[in-house]
Amino acid sequence: MSILIDENTKVLVQGITGGFGGKHAQLSLDYGTQIVAGVTPGKGGQVFGEKTPIFDSCADAANETGATVSAIFVPPPFAADAILEAVDAELDLVICITEGIPVADMMRVKEMMRGSKTRLIGPNCPGVVTPGHGKDSHGGCRIGIAPGYIHKRGNVGVVSRSGTLTYEAVYQLTELGYGQSTCVGIGGDPINGTSHLDVLKMFNDDDETEAIIMIGEIGGNAEAEAARWAKEHCKKPIAGFIAGATAPEGRTMGHAGAIVGGEEDTAEAKKKILRECGIAVSETPSDMGKTLVGML
Amino acid sequence: MNIHEYQAKELFEKFGVASPDGQVAATTEEAKAAASALGGGKVVVKAQVHAGGRGKGTFTNGFEGGVHLADSPEQAAEFAGKMFGQHLVTKQTSAEGKLVSKVMVGAAVSIERELYLAILMDRETCRPVIVASTEGGMDIEEVAESTPEKIVREFIHPLAGLQPFQVRKLAKALVLSGDQAKQFGKLIANLYNLFIKCDCNMVEINPLVVTPDGQVLALDAKFGFDDNALYRHPDIMAYRDTDEEDPREVEASKFDLNYIGLDGNIACLVNGAGLAMATMDIIKHCGGDPANFLDVGGGATKEQVTAAFKIILGDPNVEGILVNIFGGIMQCDIIAEGILQAAKETQLSIPLIVRLEGTNVAQGREIIANSGLDVITADSLNDAAQKAVAAVKG
Repeated sequence: MSILIDENTKVLVQGITGGFGGKHAQLSLDYGTQIVAGVTPGKGGQVFGEKTPIFDSCADAANETGATVSAIFVPPPFAADAILEAVDAELDLVICITEGIPVADMMRVKEMMRGSKTRLIGPNCPGVVTPGHGKDSHGGCRIGIAPGYIHKRGNVGVVSRSGTLTYEAVYQLTELGYGQSTCVGIGGDPINGTSHLDVLKMFNDDDETEAIIMIGEIGGNAEAEAARWAKEHCKKPIAGFIAGATAPEGRTMGHAGAIVGGEEDTAEAKKKILRECGIAVSETPSDMGKTLVGML
Repeated sequence: MNIHEYQAKELFEKFGVASPDGQVAATTEEAKAAASALGGGKVVVKAQVHAGGRGKGTFTNGFEGGVHLADSPEQAAEFAGKMFGQHLVTKQTSAEGKLVSKVMVGAAVSIERELYLAILMDRETCRPVIVASTEGGMDIEEVAESTPEKIVREFIHPLAGLQPFQVRKLAKALVLSGDQAKQFGKLIANLYNLFIKCDCNMVEINPLVVTPDGQVLALDAKFGFDDNALYRHPDIMAYRDTDEEDPREVEASKFDLNYIGLDGNIACLVNGAGLAMATMDIIKHCGGDPANFLDVGGGATKEQVTAAFKIILGDPNVEGILVNIFGGIMQCDIIAEGILQAAKETQLSIPLIVRLEGTNVAQGREIIANSGLDVITADSLNDAAQKAVAAVKG
């Protein structure tokens, strides 16, 4: 098994009629992913691409098509509402790609989601990929914006805040002949739905996942929290990388959450904690794959 | 985004957060008039720049101190005259300092007690937290280190907001009672309202003072705003003072590029914030020094790439450029065309190292290979960083 999603997962796309959402919905369809519906309020009844029906609401789309997972591509001012609509439709999983959602909006979303059955991944994330068994990993479930062909089905779980660093790790693994069970981009915002720790727990419980790459960056304590848990509970080898060793203090490095506020959230401090918790830390982003393979 | 002290004062007035009377002045006449309007007695004249440590700073004309107590409107005008048009150098500015074009003339306030009060967005709990301490007027990090028991934190429910019992707890912790507790209650309620309404990620009042006649006033304030929320606050956007920012960063922001200037000699142009940071890290690891952080974002256009090149090349320290693209949203062929156009437009004469991977990579590499331009290509991040470091070392 993989985690979160697999080739049978039925996905709806909120914002499928936008240029960005449409482009990536099509790439997912080309990858073999079951994109079964689109949602754009006011455009219900239209069709996306060859045959994907568009609905006015998440609830309609889920009821008609059996979709259980949503991918959100709507612009930042409307994204919080889009998440809450998907939660209201009782979807299992909502993956929000949108970058630039105000922190206060996410704070309210997070509070309103308490007690719901829905898991949120993101926002400001590249999405989730469970590679398929076909050529260039075709036939898998690709939700979001990752380039599908760099993946290969296998036994390494990847979790990261950064999109392009996830691709980097995945590509290195594939080049080394190691495939992935599932690759999860949790997003670069200070408030997000799913943490490094949440994903580590899922990988730990997943039979198909035999080893893990965890990628973090400066700011916050999510990586340290995950590492401390892993030291006590994780049965599988973990390699890690922390970006931002050269970032100046007090500056937001692209990701809203990537800012050094104190001594504890620098790259050096995090690397030290990871090492103390038995995680093999890659010194450069070029050696993430090698570092993991060296542990196996 | 940062704002000036006089702008913070405007926000305080708008939201009913008590602070000493004062006005901003851009000329000596205005400074004199502002001091007269305050009663003609003692006033404080403060240089308006985005930097801490103003009081202990020095102006480029030799005048010492960016904060002065004036006895009369005439003296206030005199102090202001020595500040206008000069650069103020403090421990938080560069050696050139910051140009002063405005001063704030405020009522001089006698101080009985100095307290600390801040509201922050807390990442771990995903809710606002009010931080208060009886140890105001000093660096709160030091207080946290030496006497952590003197800092109290009150977490606010995101949907319910600040509750009266929490206000009472905070007042007690700050040893405020009677009328002072009442004044504090109004101040913190209004401050919390400001924090939420303006999408702040930080408001810090240090010090919050109690005067000998029992007034509770915000004497100084520092604001941080959520950049993602500025679209719904045109009034706060209008506070932006680009004279206070690195001109390269101002130029980059016009093209929606995420640029932060550093002092090395290898410029980098990367897609994705994580990879951009990691690219800086690996340059350093290979023995080089990154000149900047630059995330061109997910869907960069040719125009953005060209603008990015111009900004990078505007930095006289730059001796080589490393382009590192792992295309997810970004298509390698588009970035390749952008690179070529930019290299031609800027008549690029320094080494250019390009590493492309991801969506449409084959087309992208072909475009570079067929361009006839002298581009050093790399096939991994490590390879790219090593080649960049070697190239600038000549």
